[in-house]
Amino acid sequence: MGSTLLEIEDLGVSVEDHVILDGVNLKINKGEIHVLMGPNGTGKSTLVSSIMGDPRYEITKGKILFKDKDITDEKTDVRARSGIFLSFQTPEEIPGITLENFLRTAKGAVEGRPPKILAFRKELKAQMEALDMDPTYAERYLNVGFSGGEKKKAEILQLLMLQPRLALLDETDSGLDVDAVRTVSKGISAYHNQKNAVLIITHSAKILEGLDIDYVHVLEGGHIVKTGGRELSSEIIRSGFNSIEKGADGHESL
Amino acid sequence: MDMRAFKSEKTNVEEADRSIYDVKDKVHPSFEVQSGLTEEIVNQISDEKNDPPWMRTFRMKSLQIYNSISAPNWGPSLDDLHMENIVTYVRPDTTMRGKWSEVPDDIKNTFERLGIPQAERKSLAGVGAQYDSEVVYHNISAIAASQGVVYTDMESALTGPYEKMVRKHFMKLVPPSDHKFAALHGAVWSGGSFVYVPPGVSVEIPLQSYFRLNAPGAGQFEHTLIIVDKGAYLHFIEGCSAPKYSVNNLHAGCVELFVGEGARLRYSTIENWSKNMYNLNTKRARVEKDGTIEWVSGSFGSHISYLYPMSILQGERSRMEFTGITFAGGGQNLDTGAKVVHAAPHTTSHISTKSISRDGGISTFRSSVKVTPDAVGSKSSVSCESLMLDDQSRSDTIPAMDIQCDEADVGHEAKIGRISEQAIFYLMSRGISEEDARAFIVGGFAEPVAKELPLEYAVEMNNLIHLEMKGSIG
Repeated sequence: MGSTLLEIEDLGVSVEDHVILDGVNLKINKGEIHVLMGPNGTGKSTLVSSIMGDPRYEITKGKILFKDKDITDEKTDVRARSGIFLSFQTPEEIPGITLENFLRTAKGAVEGRPPKILAFRKELKAQMEALDMDPTYAERYLNVGFSGGEKKKAEILQLLMLQPRLALLDETDSGLDVDAVRTVSKGISAYHNQKNAVLIITHSAKILEGLDIDYVHVLEGGHIVKTGGRELSSEIIRSGFNSIEKGADGHESL
Repeated sequence: MDMRAFKSEKTNVEEADRSIYDVKDKVHPSFEVQSGLTEEIVNQISDEKNDPPWMRTFRMKSLQIYNSISAPNWGPSLDDLHMENIVTYVRPDTTMRGKWSEVPDDIKNTFERLGIPQAERKSLAGVGAQYDSEVVYHNISAIAASQGVVYTDMESALTGPYEKMVRKHFMKLVPPSDHKFAALHGAVWSGGSFVYVPPGVSVEIPLQSYFRLNAPGAGQFEHTLIIVDKGAYLHFIEGCSAPKYSVNNLHAGCVELFVGEGARLRYSTIENWSKNMYNLNTKRARVEKDGTIEWVSGSFGSHISYLYPMSILQGERSRMEFTGITFAGGGQNLDTGAKVVHAAPHTTSHISTKSISRDGGISTFRSSVKVTPDAVGSKSSVSCESLMLDDQSRSDTIPAMDIQCDEADVGHEAKIGRISEQAIFYLMSRGISEEDARAFIVGGFAEPVAKELPLEYAVEMNNLIHLEMKGSIG
């Protein structure tokens, strides 16, 4: 296996016969951090949800390869166990299941055997501390009654505990105050290394501070219209999507 | 959108996984009456049990009532319950033992498979085990006995030093005229437990009775009578199971609970009858001044259930709390709920139930709250949450309220929901399989009830949920 983690070829995605993505190509290698930007409603969430295998979306063409394996028709849990992780924009609330119990089950699932209880507890405590999370949240039901910020921190906590190969972060910074964004960003830094990769969907610069960004992609009209380095994100945040020059197949949709 | 990517094998739960409950012992009773119900049969039961004369009369009167009233027509259909096929009395081939080692091997093996009496050794103050119509084992810890706690089978109580107490209370809360199956119970009852906790005694660890119905086409009609005297405390646990036969079985037990002044009784049940059982059970508690009754009730098995434990809050400031869960799978119609009568000032009731239905199962929740004109300053809250796991299943809520007092605070809340596909996707995105994700969510839904149960029962309930959820995807 080479250094490629994720490879998306000519991906088309529809929901209820409505075309959302039409010919997306994307390649993510180990050690890289990618940023995905684009106006609201252009399909950024659809793309990461499709990579995770969200059954609401129908793949109409193309394929998704992960670690050189075609996963286009794989179930979500199989994808997760092979190393893909999605931080949800709106994490689900699950009553009756504590965050700790959930994390222990999930860790057992992705690692193929139940974690050792004491080591797990110790790690959980340390990671929650690093994320400035109140330790009592471990005993609370998963995301139930969590504020928006607490939910997002709980997503990053899961990322750190499960150590996937590819982290898809869908607007993990939205709705967070400045301090919380900084904490989340620190969490991403702590996670990232040369064996894994990150794809971040964001509208703002704050979460990207302190991260070593390799590529910035702009998604518009169902496909990626431009790819650049960190400077592209700065330009978009400063002047908007209309200001940038797009590729030949770029739609002038705004 | 359908779940295009998901396919999973269907397993037949009943045959594969109910096995520990479904093991049938070869039936060799020492005595059984003919099926059906006649004066002759009732007399035969009286003879067999050496009833005192008043009990013989009581049975006959009950039989007359049984013959004069009709079966309820407001709930699940009882058309397939044919009394002429039900054997009302089956005596196992043993007498009651006080030592586990003396119980016959095949009967002992059955209870050991079900985890009894390992549970006794670990965490119980006393255990009773009933096999078909008779109690085969009864034991109480030396500590509880030295505190004056009485825990024995009903027959011994009826002829022993507590006869007067039994006679004073027996079917006084649930008279045979209450309904047809209470009358049936009065006529043919057999087995069950009698518990008396003297004033001020707190029984620190629970007592447990386990009912096992082994003979095919038999009825089980055990009577449980518990008297918790002034200021005393008791936790009583009841468990039930039966193997599945092709003929219908009937369970028409009766539970009468008397909670004295300032006393507290907690009554926990996990019912896991086989899926051809008609469970027509009547449970009732009367609570004196400052007393408390707490019900925890899990209904998993049976083909049809009618079960509405009732609490009569007779004394000032008496309280009741009811926590229940019902799981109705394919072929099950479970009509459950709770009733309360506020008959004194400043009484409190809190009813909280959950129901789960799947694979065409029907779950109906009935609550009845009555507040008499005297019950000034009383409070009642009823909340019912249902989870339907597919489109074939049904869930209904039928609340009834009769409030005859202006100064009472009464509330009712009902919610019906389904498992969100997004929640499944969320759990699966963390590596959890679809089947486990569904079981996880259902388990979480049941958690507020599970945490009220003793640990072994909470574990059993969780196992039952996983068992019921197996093969839920197809």
